[in-house]
Amino acid sequence: MNIEWFVVLSALLFATGALGILLRRSPMVILLCLELMLNAGNLALVAFSRMVGNEQGQVFAVIVMVIAACEVVVGLGLIVAIFRRRLPLNVDDLRELRG
Amino acid sequence: MEEALFFLSAIGALGGAFGVIAMRNPFYSVLALIVHLFSLAALFLLLTSAFVAAAQVVVYAGAVMVLYVFVVAYVGGGGESAWEPIPGQRFLAPLLGIALFVELSVAVLSSSLLALGEDGPDVQAGFGDPAAIGRLLLEKFLVPFEASSILLLLAAVGAIVLAARRKGTGDTPDEPSPNREEGVPTSPSPTAGATS
Repeated sequence: MNIEWFVVLSALLFATGALGILLRRSPMVILLCLELMLNAGNLALVAFSRMVGNEQGQVFAVIVMVIAACEVVVGLGLIVAIFRRRLPLNVDDLRELRG
Repeated sequence: MEEALFFLSAIGALGGAFGVIAMRNPFYSVLALIVHLFSLAALFLLLTSAFVAAAQVVVYAGAVMVLYVFVVAYVGGGGESAWEPIPGQRFLAPLLGIALFVELSVAVLSSSLLALGEDGPDVQAGFGDPAAIGRLLLEKFLVPFEASSILLLLAAVGAIVLAARRKGTGDTPDEPSPNREEGVPTSPSPTAGATS
């Protein structure tokens, strides 16, 4: 299998995640779309690691997974905090910080 | 055989990704993301990276998704309102997404990486197995490894601080009212009505 295919697939997945972030308004789904984008990056990292024939890219992918887990934990904590304060779970309504 | 596996997993990954952004109910979005993650693990296996594939299934599709399912069950995901604050968002967003894909593809495919069009070099049997990754993590990348572990600890502490109940900040210790399950803010914050 050509490495090209994997890289183009990862670009497609990344664009899909970005599209979801642009389209959806629930913060939970936006977090899921962030996961999509991080995973697309992971796929590109692993594909390039295979292309070079070196495992260091896979270590990068593992570290990206750790970062994604941290982001999920903090994001879900924020969502629970928003829900506890009875604010609407909609990113268009949560715009007090907007300039 | 390899091509068939690649296209099957690619279809699974793409279908899962589109399912995430197309489902109205966040619970189904989480389920679609699990399909996506399993397909990605198969793709990682095709790229001979066994450890990353195993970590993907165990950490992502296992632990992280369970966290998501818990929060979705707690918050009670409902559909979103069809109201669009930005006019034409539904048409502009796909255009921008397609533009991003074209841009990324042009950036990658027009680069001078000649090895992109090949299968990659032949690797020995132990390529990407846990022993190799562990050796790299504990020898060459020890500092990033430890830094990521500290980051994980900080994230756990931060999540506890964020989601903890405290008095006097408007928290309500009782159960949320059932009308929150509709996803429509029936009693939004005072500023939400003023800005719209």
